[in-house]
Amino acid sequence: MNLVYINSANGLSKAALETVTYAKKLGADVAVVTNGNAAAELLATLGAYGASTVLQDAGVDGQDPSQLVKLVAAAAAKVGASTIIFSHDLIGKAVAPRLSVRLKAGLVAGAVALPEADGSTKVNVFSGKAFGYVKVNSAVRIISLLPNSIQPEQTGGNCSTEAFDSQAGSSAISVKATKKPEGAIPLPEAELVVSAGRGLKGPENWGMVEDLAAALGAATACSRPVADIGWRPHHEHVGQTGVAIRPNLYIAAGISGAIQHLAGVNGSKVIVVINTDAEAPFFKAADYGIVGDAFEVLPRFTEAVKRFRAAQH
Amino acid sequence: MNILVCISKAPDTTSKIAFTNGNTQFDENGVQYIVNPYDEWYALVRALELKEAQGGNVTIITVGTASDDAVIRKALAIGADDAIRIDALATDAYFVAMQIAEYAKGKGFDLILTGKETIDYNGSQVAGMIAEALELPYISIATKLDVAGSTISCEREIVGGMQEVEVQAPAVISCAKGMAEQRIPNMRGIMAARTKPLNVVAPAALEALTTFSTYSMPAAKSSVKLIDPNNLDELVALLHNEAKVI
Repeated sequence: MNLVYINSANGLSKAALETVTYAKKLGADVAVVTNGNAAAELLATLGAYGASTVLQDAGVDGQDPSQLVKLVAAAAAKVGASTIIFSHDLIGKAVAPRLSVRLKAGLVAGAVALPEADGSTKVNVFSGKAFGYVKVNSAVRIISLLPNSIQPEQTGGNCSTEAFDSQAGSSAISVKATKKPEGAIPLPEAELVVSAGRGLKGPENWGMVEDLAAALGAATACSRPVADIGWRPHHEHVGQTGVAIRPNLYIAAGISGAIQHLAGVNGSKVIVVINTDAEAPFFKAADYGIVGDAFEVLPRFTEAVKRFRAAQH
Repeated sequence: MNILVCISKAPDTTSKIAFTNGNTQFDENGVQYIVNPYDEWYALVRALELKEAQGGNVTIITVGTASDDAVIRKALAIGADDAIRIDALATDAYFVAMQIAEYAKGKGFDLILTGKETIDYNGSQVAGMIAEALELPYISIATKLDVAGSTISCEREIVGGMQEVEVQAPAVISCAKGMAEQRIPNMRGIMAARTKPLNVVAPAALEALTTFSTYSMPAAKSSVKLIDPNNLDELVALLHNEAKVI
């Protein structure tokens, strides 16, 4: 049996559907464990992605990773899991390592593909500059899947849901405040990202970036200097010391493409670079390039996207 | 307050990444090792700030061989009081975390800090593993850290936002950007680091749970396709028809 932990607090995220799809493609039956109060009808839709059963513990709020570890460990014992899957997101990063010690089960952190024929699993190493193939030496293995590595796939199927009391105990971590920007697409999950750097000359010019992002349905991001001078919030900073992302499309305007920036975005499937300097190193990592002024190109790009979208309807 | 800061060596961010021995080993030829930036800039510097404000001791710990002593001395030059090196090759995250947990057990550390990940293996594993082995609370990817008495308050990243949380010491915290600013060691620090205690400890008998069997490099990018800045419709069409991303 393969067991998947999903966070269902804000509905079923794409990351959750990816992990269930991944578990199904591994073969064997798929059980899902989750915490919180998501509606049973919603959880049952995971059947379409390959889950046969969902265990739900409404008593665990998920603020303390040690509770989630107990929840997943209890579910793993109940279903007899041999592989346990997480998304390699903020929750997976907090919970999967603890579970690895608790179950003495090897952890493949940040898988980007299904296991190879020899049983090893591909992960990003050296900040996306290379791949490594990890073998697990224990009977039970844990895999955390890097978001946007595979696409959710509906194979059809029914799924039962079951209330599950994991006896996960109380939270040692107390939450004082939560800040979530309304409506924004979380950067690590975004499929399309529009990013800009110092070439935009000032925070007052970010409207052009936001307009293109809105036309595409993309998240916005920025380079390190832009976050450091305070033009944009730190959570938008992609790069070696910021967030590492792997969207389907990364559009970079006015970013020269230093090696530390590339480390955060080189997992992107397609990269578009807009820069006035034809010698900018970013062009070497780009699929499509425009040598031109972002102040002229971005508004034209937005208009072209709008024309395209209008023609689609 | 006694703080244990876990540090790892990592290749300098500008290092050429290559593999040797039939793609089974990282090619260290010409690679300059540094203290993993997350461990140094955020975990170690914040630990020093807390010590400067409230008193106490900052110990750094790493799992590695004698060749890692230069990296340890650098962390001592930044201001840590003493260092522990567990004398073993760091084979996997589980091995490293369990060695550190084994050492830290019963030593009365109020805080155990790590960087949010290393820039070579990027697993974000060691801190959570130490926390589980020592049965301590774990706050992951914290961007702020303050301590008042035995109460630790942090700001941590959550999916789609930030959260302010509190926990009672002792606890394990992984540290990210925002917590502190990089410090450049001065000459006095570098001189003092030479004589600070660096204690080499024999490893506990433990097995790794995972192995890297091989490595590979990403396929080389084909050269960039340049688009006329006056013809953005062409770019949008290519993104739709050729790249199939919109």
